[in-house]
Amino acid sequence: MNAQTIPAADKAPPGKNMKTVAKTWKGRWNAPLAGYLFIAPWLLGFLILQLWPIIQSFYLSFTEFSLLEPARWIGLKNYQDISQDRLFFNSLKVTFLYVITSVPLKLLAALLVAMLLNRNIRGISFYRTIIYLPSLIGGSLAVAVLWRNIFGLNGFINQLAIMVGIAPKNWIGTPSTALGTLVLLTAWQFGSSMIIFLAGLKQVPGELYEAASVDGATPFRKFVRITLPMLSPVILFNLIMGIINAFQMFTSAFVVTNGGPVNSTEMFALFLYNKAFGSLQMGYASALAWILLVIIGIATAINFIASKYWVFYETETEGRK
Amino acid sequence: MTGVLKKQNWLVHILMIVFCFVMFYPVLWWIGASFKSTAEISLPSLFPKVWLWQNYTEGWNALPKYTFTRFFMNSLKLNVATTVLHVISASLVAFGFARLTFPLKGLWFSILMMTLMLPGQVTLIPQYTMFHSFDWINTYLPLIVPSAMGGAFFIFLIVQFIRGIPRELDESAKIDGCTWFGIYLRIVMPLTLPALITVMIFSFIWGWDDYFGPLIYLNTVDKYTVPLALRMFIDSQSAVPWGQLLAVSLLSVLPPVVIFFLAQKHFVEGIATSGLKG
Repeated sequence: MNAQTIPAADKAPPGKNMKTVAKTWKGRWNAPLAGYLFIAPWLLGFLILQLWPIIQSFYLSFTEFSLLEPARWIGLKNYQDISQDRLFFNSLKVTFLYVITSVPLKLLAALLVAMLLNRNIRGISFYRTIIYLPSLIGGSLAVAVLWRNIFGLNGFINQLAIMVGIAPKNWIGTPSTALGTLVLLTAWQFGSSMIIFLAGLKQVPGELYEAASVDGATPFRKFVRITLPMLSPVILFNLIMGIINAFQMFTSAFVVTNGGPVNSTEMFALFLYNKAFGSLQMGYASALAWILLVIIGIATAINFIASKYWVFYETETEGRK
Repeated sequence: MTGVLKKQNWLVHILMIVFCFVMFYPVLWWIGASFKSTAEISLPSLFPKVWLWQNYTEGWNALPKYTFTRFFMNSLKLNVATTVLHVISASLVAFGFARLTFPLKGLWFSILMMTLMLPGQVTLIPQYTMFHSFDWINTYLPLIVPSAMGGAFFIFLIVQFIRGIPRELDESAKIDGCTWFGIYLRIVMPLTLPALITVMIFSFIWGWDDYFGPLIYLNTVDKYTVPLALRMFIDSQSAVPWGQLLAVSLLSVLPPVVIFFLAQKHFVEGIATSGLKG
């Protein structure tokens, strides 16, 4: 491929030289075999570990399958059963509640702190590290253990409550507050989103603010008219990934509350896990997984459609340096 | 003007210090509680009157048969393997997507981006039955082998980074007769070091924290990773020795924290320059 293009460029008449050279440069990057060799690890993994399992799980969702015996076709029965399963609707409600509280809370905290830190002050790397620390450890089982203790009956939160004169309460053992402790645990880990916002803020050209100052814009107006639009692609990215992750939340629900009390924290992923590996209803769980896929797909699509109205793309920054 | 700015900065410092204190308080409490007796944990002081260092040694040896040395070594072996595979594969695949042109490239890249949104639950059961039929249950293979595909997020992160490296460098190497692999190995790969370090940190931390994978694929205690062992610690005693449990838990989050501090400079650079702009 390359052996052919190089002599061709040499033979080209001087007048056409520029154009041909440009063309061959483009041609140089064209390497079908090398390209496929480089992406082979991902492509093979995708076909074997993702595409094939996706097709299979769609098939399994129409079967009764316990892992011990071969799958038996039962048509739409799993989906019919799900539509009458009170626990399914409960887990859906709990998950939605968790998503619409934890994601905005996390993003808001991340944005506010990123705005505060986006200036030349000393000690910024210290603040950044402290704020990032919870994201660093927050996904671990250890922190779930910590949370269970902090919000437990004799935990730190109740000690605080007693000090300010509020009656202590079993935060994790009460259905109305258990989910709130998990939302707080998620919001506590806003540091990773904050770092991404901070990187985004650094790319907003300073001239825009200067021009706005000359025109006498208030800080609030600058925020609404400059910062938010310039940051909106990053907000969209954080929003979409935050929602997708929140829909799949498992570890803290499993360890801090284990779905209880009275199923008030039975997240969708936990419900699915219990069906699949608790009662070995693999077909039923596959149907649940497909419902989750559709829900996440719809949520993402809504985000993308809505983004047309609020996300601002600077056409010049298309080919970012 | 500068006076106003200075005043503002002081306000920011005060706000940030208060804020950081609130954020960090649970960790402070955690450190204090890890030295307390169970009775003292429920008292409202931050640090214990008597420091029980033995919480650490007793917690470390609390489980029958194996000490936490075993579980830390298991976690370490597993995560070094997955991290190395992630970094190598993601970097190769990213070079292919960022620099080479080949048929259907656009389609494959869109699919790669779409898999970022794919919930793991959809592939979970067929993957489990597949690994079951390979006789891989209760081995580390189901946890290690998938990382050889590089991971969509990691590939995306490095692609973004490579796009920021001027092509002139590879072009001159191409004229000098360098092969694609040579360009990758000698020119592009060394320049992506901050992105590779970012991938390394993320892969190690997420792998270290991963609870779900080991939970479904490992069944015997000798193969347990640290999170599974911690969970067993909670379940094994009817009255949980909280001081000991919190002590070992605290040790269990140290490896990610240490790695983060060692590589912090590159990490922030890797995130900032790859932009993560979607």
